[in-house]
Amino acid sequence: MIELPGLGTVFGRTFQREFIMGFRNRGDLANPVIFFLCIAIFVPLGVSPDGKVLAVLAPGIIWIVALLATLLSLDRLFQSDFDDGCLQQVMVSGQPLYWIVMAKVLVHWLITGLPLTLLSPVLGLMMSLPAEGYWPMLVSLLLGTGSLSLIGAIGAALTVALRRGGLLLSLIIMPLYVPVLIFGSAVIRNAIEGFAVGGQIAVLAAFLVLSLLLAPLAAAGALRIGVQA
Amino acid sequence: MNWQWFYQLGSPKWFYQKTHYWQHWLGAFALMMLVVGAIWGLAFTPMDYKQGNSFRIIYVHVPASAVSLAGFYIMALAGAAGLIWRVKLQYTVMSVAAPIGAILTFLSLVTGAIWGKPTWGTYWQWDARITFTTVQFFLYLGIIALQQAYRNQNTADRACAMLALVGTVNIPIIYKSVDWWYTLHQPATLKLTEKSSIAPEMAYPLIWMILAYYICYVWLLISHTNAASLRRERKSSWVQALFSDRNATKVT
Repeated sequence: MIELPGLGTVFGRTFQREFIMGFRNRGDLANPVIFFLCIAIFVPLGVSPDGKVLAVLAPGIIWIVALLATLLSLDRLFQSDFDDGCLQQVMVSGQPLYWIVMAKVLVHWLITGLPLTLLSPVLGLMMSLPAEGYWPMLVSLLLGTGSLSLIGAIGAALTVALRRGGLLLSLIIMPLYVPVLIFGSAVIRNAIEGFAVGGQIAVLAAFLVLSLLLAPLAAAGALRIGVQA
Repeated sequence: MNWQWFYQLGSPKWFYQKTHYWQHWLGAFALMMLVVGAIWGLAFTPMDYKQGNSFRIIYVHVPASAVSLAGFYIMALAGAAGLIWRVKLQYTVMSVAAPIGAILTFLSLVTGAIWGKPTWGTYWQWDARITFTTVQFFLYLGIIALQQAYRNQNTADRACAMLALVGTVNIPIIYKSVDWWYTLHQPATLKLTEKSSIAPEMAYPLIWMILAYYICYVWLLISHTNAASLRRERKSSWVQALFSDRNATKVT
């Protein structure tokens, strides 16, 4: 009987490995952030450079861009591990897949969701977001991008065995992002208009807790299906 | 206790043998119900005092919306049964339920738009129910797309069952979010006719039509399941035997 490492060790090692791998591909690391900022140039060019118009659009645009940037970065979440056979090794290792998926998603969020959240004030500045909107925007993005990464992991796992799963992944995940988008942008908009935002932030936190519980389960199930294919 | 009956529920062969004799009769019955309901609703129901004759599209629109949402749950339940007991028939039911549901959702959206023009003055309004139905349509499309993306039938079925389950968990959340979003942004000036406020002589044909749609849905589900089973099991002995018998009788 071989002594298996404990849960904490597995989670820690997976986290460490993913983190190192993430930082070795510096291009992949920067792409979502660059995309995020590119849109900030496109919206004034395409709509209007007028500060009043931009201020109305800002909450929605910032959230939509964060959502798209997350979607774009999702298809490589499990792809390289699937291609080189790491995923098969993980499956037969006897360790709970739930926590391994959780570690991977956590790293994904740390290298996409968190930088996007931290950069959002720059975007807010360029979109002339009113001053009351900044803190609610940071809080809503901090909670919301976590849910986006977790829900997206289900889509990434479902399309892992497909050669060109990127577009399909967006198609199957977008409808599931609707609640997060609605409540996330509502937090910023309500804050600008001077209403209380506690309720919406609580709902966003509830989405995060619910997706923390259920999304890795669904993603682990989907990965098993993909690997057996 | 004898569990044989339970395992038979997962067998495409057993299902085909049990249903293919009467599925056409069910289809004829469903079409008859639809025609009777349509004539009742279009010709014998009194005109609405406000909307005139345009309200009659309710007899196509409301049943389509109701059955398309119920169809999502039927699809997810079939997928869950497939995942739990690893049976072929339920996967087949799930895979044929997706296009049927998508078409019903589309019908509901189109008839809603046609109804909206004379009563609301616009084809499209960002109303909570319309938005929710559109999102539901995209959920259906996602499942169809995932089904077609995989070459391996079994993988496609299991992946779609998983997605259908995830979608089912999300449907109430999406519904409530969209509802909340709508009430936040616009006062509820436009309301679909509520069931309780509808006159009985208008409600009876509506209930009849909803029933007719459900029967029609069951018929479509059974006949499409049988057709898909024959295609999927084309290499198995029972399908081969079925078609060699037919060819033999044709020749002689």
